[in-house]
Amino acid sequence: MYLTQEQQDMLNGKYGKGTAYAMKIQAAIGESFGAERMVPITRAHVALSNQEADLWFAEKLLSEGARCRVAPTVNPGFCLSYFKNRHMVSEEEASLMQRTHNAYKGLGAVLTYNCTPYVATNIPNFGEITAYSESSATPYVNSVWGARSNREGANSALCAAITGYVPEYGLLLDENRRGNILVEVKADMKSDFQYHLLGYMGRKIGNGIPVFTGLPKHIGPEALTNLGAQLNTSGAYGMYHIAGFTPEAPDVKTAFGGKEPERIVEITNEDLEAILEEISLEGNREIDFAMFGCPHFTLKQAKHIADKIEGKKLKKEMWILTSYHVKELADRMGITEVLEQAGAVIVPDTCPDQPCWSHLKGKVGVTESPKCAYYPKRRGMDFVIRDLDTCIEAALTGEVE
Amino acid sequence: MGKKYSCHKISEGTAKGEALVSADEIMFYLIDPQTGVVIEPGHDIEGKSMAKKILIFPGGKGSSVVQADGLYQLNIRENAPKGMIIQYPETVLVSSAIIMEIPMVDKVDPQFYEDVKDGDTICIDADNGFIEIL
Repeated sequence: MYLTQEQQDMLNGKYGKGTAYAMKIQAAIGESFGAERMVPITRAHVALSNQEADLWFAEKLLSEGARCRVAPTVNPGFCLSYFKNRHMVSEEEASLMQRTHNAYKGLGAVLTYNCTPYVATNIPNFGEITAYSESSATPYVNSVWGARSNREGANSALCAAITGYVPEYGLLLDENRRGNILVEVKADMKSDFQYHLLGYMGRKIGNGIPVFTGLPKHIGPEALTNLGAQLNTSGAYGMYHIAGFTPEAPDVKTAFGGKEPERIVEITNEDLEAILEEISLEGNREIDFAMFGCPHFTLKQAKHIADKIEGKKLKKEMWILTSYHVKELADRMGITEVLEQAGAVIVPDTCPDQPCWSHLKGKVGVTESPKCAYYPKRRGMDFVIRDLDTCIEAALTGEVE
Repeated sequence: MGKKYSCHKISEGTAKGEALVSADEIMFYLIDPQTGVVIEPGHDIEGKSMAKKILIFPGGKGSSVVQADGLYQLNIRENAPKGMIIQYPETVLVSSAIIMEIPMVDKVDPQFYEDVKDGDTICIDADNGFIEIL
């Protein structure tokens, strides 16, 4: 791979040991994918995870003098002030989050602690070259905004933020952005929930870049967030197209670059019902809690819940995870007050796959997100998956149908 | 002298160990860090340990976070594979291997897959681009 003088200097340590380490990793990634050169990025998002490997890597880079050239937004860990003040985390767990915070602060990251930067705080332009990790973010920036990012890992995205460059391969190149699987959606896409299930059809869709047809004319940011998040829970997708909707797919033919699809897949109501039955606990049972916001809920979703439960009392705990700015708006607009009066909690900066949920270990929750049900399994939380309104009803009555 | 096969370097270095072949993709989150044993239900090598082995598998799966942490947890307990041979590289797995300094190769001579079996002793020389079954 060709390196410019500046990139070579980075590799040789002229910009410090940490930058040299980041460049060494990126050069190795570039070499392994046959990249010919490195190209500058103008945005990045790092899937900070507040796990040991994440902290080890961030602290190593920081101690070796690395600083971000392109300040990345970052994913949530857990909200330190909320969970520490309520003694919901151990000293050790609080200290891990504090150290993660300190390390990313030192590296110069934008401390958003939000997994949906692509709907509000870090939105790229069409064609912009970026480095996004977070499995729901990469397909969103590629597909919906027409920006360019490979499916970065948290660590490779952090390296890119430090050096300001990425190796040029994969989805950065025109020829690799064409669809190859035609996905004809015959199911009724009547709410955002159906996009969660459509995304979870990864096993049927197969490897590649899907081109969806048969979807409604207008698709909102919540539905698109759900689609990308679940595509990458059930499989590995850096990009998709929606014919007549996403910018690189004005029509089916263009989406496939003029070629014939390699595979044609049909998705019906029966497919969505079958996948739901497979991934959800059985219904008709008492539940212990409801959890929403994987990925983080928008203001619209928070308000929807507030409207449904205003003046009522929840029988079970309800957690709504969101970004700091949605939380701020909810506070200003009185949404937080309505939620809290009903017994719900809206909390920023927090992910379901974090140690702050130890009090829910061994309990059964309801959620509308298959991703929310999938990763916290190893923390002993199990979920019934239903559409949002059914989940809200379950938190009110204590039982799910 | 064993039989040699050409390959392409992903993560530098050399490694020698016992072969463990998986037909399924690997998510390193669902490996017990204390033993290196695959705990993912229904997985092709469920119940087998990858600790200090040469792991031969198609590629990785799972979110951008879980691969790095899974491999890290294995590595600090010396239960990570000594080397990895894959078919379908993706950025998450590739960067994890490079950072954990575990030799990894792809684009292996197809004959290798005909010949290799569990328990063979294998040498990977990523830097010189070959694998040897001893």
